[in-house]
Amino acid sequence: MDYQYTLLILCLPIVSFLILGLLGKWLSHRAAGLIGTLSIGTVAVLSYYTAATYFTARGADGSFATLVPFNVEWLPFYVGDLHFDMGIMLDPISVMMLIVISTVSLMVHIYSFGYMHGERGFQRYYAFLSLFTMSMLGLVVATNIFQMYMFWELVGVCSYLLIGFYFTEKPAIAASKKAFIVTRFADLGFLVGILVFGYYTGSFSFDFAQTFQYAEGALHGVAPDTAKAIAAGGFILPTALFLMFIGGAGKSAMFPLHIWLPDAMEGPTPVSALIHAATMVVAGVFQVARMFPLWIQYAPETLHYVAWIGAFTAFYAAAVACAQSDIKRVLAFSTISQIAFMMVALGVCMPGHDGAVIDNHGSLGYMASMYHLFTHAMFKATLFLCAGCIIHAVHSNEMSAMGGMRKYMPVTHITFLIATLAISGIPPFSGFFSKDEILSASFAYSPVMGWVMTGIAAMTAFYMFRLYFGIFWGTENKALHEELRAHGHFGEAPLVMTVPLVLLTLFTVFMGWTLPGTFGSYVSASGLPYEIHLDAQIAITSVVIACASIALATWIYARSSQPVAERMKAALPRLHEWAYRRFYLDEVYQFVTHRIIFAFISKPIAWFDRHIVDGVLNGLASGTNYIGESVRPLQSGRLQQYAYVFLMGVVVLFFIMII
Amino acid sequence: MDYSQFLYMHEELSLLVVILLLFLADLLFCKDSRRGGVYNTPLPVVLLGVMTIFNALPIAEISFEALGGMYHHTPMDTIVKTTLNIGTLVTFLMAHKWLARPENLVKQGEFYIVTLFTLLGMYLMIGSGHFLMFFIGLELASLPMAALVCFDKYRYESAEAAAKYILLALFSSALLLYGVSLIYAATGTLYFDQIGLANTPSWLMLCGLSLFLGGMGFKISLVPFHLWTADTYEGAPTVVTGYLSVVSKGSAAFVLLLVLAKAFTIGGIKVDWQIALFWVIIASITLANLFAIRQSNLKRFMAYSAISQAGYLVLGVMGGTEPAADGTAQGMTAMVFYLLVYLAANMGAFAVINVVEQNSGKLGIKDYNGLYQTNPRLAFLMTLCLFSLAGIPPFAGFFSKFFIFMAAFNAGFKVLVFIALVNTIISLYYYLLIVKAMYISESDQPIASFRSDGYTRAALAICIAGVLLLGVAGWVYNYLTEVGVQSL
Repeated sequence: MDYQYTLLILCLPIVSFLILGLLGKWLSHRAAGLIGTLSIGTVAVLSYYTAATYFTARGADGSFATLVPFNVEWLPFYVGDLHFDMGIMLDPISVMMLIVISTVSLMVHIYSFGYMHGERGFQRYYAFLSLFTMSMLGLVVATNIFQMYMFWELVGVCSYLLIGFYFTEKPAIAASKKAFIVTRFADLGFLVGILVFGYYTGSFSFDFAQTFQYAEGALHGVAPDTAKAIAAGGFILPTALFLMFIGGAGKSAMFPLHIWLPDAMEGPTPVSALIHAATMVVAGVFQVARMFPLWIQYAPETLHYVAWIGAFTAFYAAAVACAQSDIKRVLAFSTISQIAFMMVALGVCMPGHDGAVIDNHGSLGYMASMYHLFTHAMFKATLFLCAGCIIHAVHSNEMSAMGGMRKYMPVTHITFLIATLAISGIPPFSGFFSKDEILSASFAYSPVMGWVMTGIAAMTAFYMFRLYFGIFWGTENKALHEELRAHGHFGEAPLVMTVPLVLLTLFTVFMGWTLPGTFGSYVSASGLPYEIHLDAQIAITSVVIACASIALATWIYARSSQPVAERMKAALPRLHEWAYRRFYLDEVYQFVTHRIIFAFISKPIAWFDRHIVDGVLNGLASGTNYIGESVRPLQSGRLQQYAYVFLMGVVVLFFIMII
Repeated sequence: MDYSQFLYMHEELSLLVVILLLFLADLLFCKDSRRGGVYNTPLPVVLLGVMTIFNALPIAEISFEALGGMYHHTPMDTIVKTTLNIGTLVTFLMAHKWLARPENLVKQGEFYIVTLFTLLGMYLMIGSGHFLMFFIGLELASLPMAALVCFDKYRYESAEAAAKYILLALFSSALLLYGVSLIYAATGTLYFDQIGLANTPSWLMLCGLSLFLGGMGFKISLVPFHLWTADTYEGAPTVVTGYLSVVSKGSAAFVLLLVLAKAFTIGGIKVDWQIALFWVIIASITLANLFAIRQSNLKRFMAYSAISQAGYLVLGVMGGTEPAADGTAQGMTAMVFYLLVYLAANMGAFAVINVVEQNSGKLGIKDYNGLYQTNPRLAFLMTLCLFSLAGIPPFAGFFSKFFIFMAAFNAGFKVLVFIALVNTIISLYYYLLIVKAMYISESDQPIASFRSDGYTRAALAICIAGVLLLGVAGWVYNYLTEVGVQSL
């Protein structure tokens, strides 16, 4: 079979992880970085080669075959025919994700040479990056939901390790724990969903045709259990899918499980670019897309809940982003908002009317979501890497330390501007095209949703330009900049950091309009090619609104003194404070966990544990000791007694058997 | 008589060839006993390794019998024999440094040959289809073992341990033989399969069976036939203790399963021995755990740990004599898998104990305080082995416990599995005591830092590979399942 070499895509990073992890102590920084980068470089070449061969081999009807070049049964489950496989599955979305992950990962690997230069634990950093890349790749090529879950947890672990990379700093440790606990909590839903799903449908596989057949057969009394199949078709599948979505909501930071992502910015900035912007956080979107055939067939109503959750998250995050002053936090909230856009796009999909359940019109959002995932990964990684360059220069995350940076960092300035234009939805940059498809899909679902999303898109343009002006224009912190210059290192980042920026920007500039055919001809809901044609009405509206927001942001923030912003802050102090404090959601969590859960649940349990459980165990222990002491004579070392006990043992056995 | 039948026994015969070759080598090339001659080369290890590979690779996928039903063979036998070979191989690797001591140089050859003779005895037990054959194997496995236990015969403890072992072994053999004669009286035959057809639960039969169980319980060291274990394990040379606790015990447990399956499963008698074993298992696991907590000598500690592990091993017997509901030999498969994993973990632990003893002469648990500071790698390997013994995922021990619990659960012994589970938690406590000693406790006089020899490193590498990979590599268990189906 072809594509056997795809196994290397998973194996190379794990090999480099093992080398760096086990032998890192003896490697120089340069060697460690080169090993990591070379292995990811090879993976990237293989991924591009895979994509090139895969996307040029269209079937007769123009669709792409789903291939499984490698699959082994790993562990049996002993419930029906359930088994836990490990394998590689290639279909349009997994191949697309291969490109996304390997590209961004490679860029981050190169960039980190400069950013992490001279840091303690450089080898450890590269080892974790390799492990993460392997896990993420394993997640997207999974052949079944259980394999996906395994790699899902692995990326969670990597995220934990990398957020807490500066493990001597308290906030980093707190943030890593928060991220791990929140996502782990959500993953509980995922696991329960998987088990329910597996139990009722008799398969973990992503080959849903088999699942459908099983359900159909069971309904007609052919397959094992009719009752199970009926339950599955009725309420079980929607429940299972929604439980899985809870896991996805945790990873993809949907409201109210988003609280870990802004704190996760404590990690090194390249890590934020790779994990918390481009790849891991879209795993939730990817998961919903993976299960999409089931969602649309069995749970379209539940899917629409997902859309509304997404819409609220998008709005909430956009509102918070307008008031943050830490540039990485702004980007974090913008990430939450953009991922929510993708969720909305999936959520607004509707079953087709005649014949096929999945058609490219009803399920336009599927394509839009994947498209946005792709473009967003590229421009958001650019934004984060730019932010990294700036932070590298001024040694602070706060906007107050910046201002007027355009004079000092021209390359960073231009790439940041292009990425900002893309995220704001200005043509001809890639973000415009994907966002336009999301808006079209939303309008097709309901005008309300359409206008809500258009409004949020306008907010996006506003806060992104607020950020842009705050960094590169606005009030310059002259004193700080003079001081930094006096110490030397102030100005444009080294080439090893700017080259990845430029490369990623190229994607953003050209992705929208230079592909042969459009994105929809490669990735679409039904598999048949879909030609994207812009809806002039929606496109023009969104561009006009975006331009208006940008103009507004320019008017308020571009000048070196900002009277309007000050007046706004003074006029609505409460609102600003609330948005700045992220609507006190973290405090709500604190209150709920500390005051309610800890006080009313944990404390009594702790008391019970300390006094009752420990008491019983202590009693058990002293009882054990007592018994141990009293049976001690048995082990006397006297042979005659041993033989006697032996004989008595036989006699007792005999009587046990007789009775 | 058709002498070609002997070819069926090629596993036993090739082992015999290895023994003879070593014997000749001892005779011809070891004139200069001061330097140990050929035994200072890897010759025994290589020979045994070649023989293992030679026997294991082409696994005959059929079952057959030879010599008029005296000798039985199934594919699973080959797997178990290979497992025992690996255990012996690891023992040889561990023993090398110990045998190179001046007082042992003279008798190096004896160690290898005597050990291989006990292995041959176990082979015969596994292959037997008749009680006489079985008894010959049993004795061949027991008597040389006593010689091994008293290998350091000028050391008081070693001699005492051997005396206790041989006396109780004779006692149990006598009782077992008496039990066999009662079984003969009840059924009129000593062929396992004919006993299987003829048996009905009569007093005579049950009396014979309980004596037989006692005899096997002695070999596996199950409570209440275990009393020799701690004394013997403590006194015997550490290498021999490792061999006793894994190879000897494992083979006996597997033989128990085979004999019960062949001779005592048909008819109403199955329920009887299941009840007996039910209590024996509970007593073994629980009592051994209680004793293990209180030990201060590491070898005594490992003795009780081994008794409790034996209880888990015999759990496989409970559901293992008949095909499970899905047609697989779940109990047998789980037991063999458990044996494999237990071999890796326990041998690994003994390899560490042995190398520490060889280099510092210390065996107390307190002596291990602060081992992590001086010998971090050994401490780490020991931790992996102990974690596996305690059944912590993702080490192999977790999976082996899981499978054996599942087998017993599916066979309907839910209470038993529950008690075993509770005991697993207790065992976690005492295994962690060792880990705590190595990592957390501080010591004024920690064991000095040393480099272990190449042979020990090879032994540790094999064991650690088993601990890390056996559980995660799912195909191992699947493969055993396949073989198990063919062996029923």
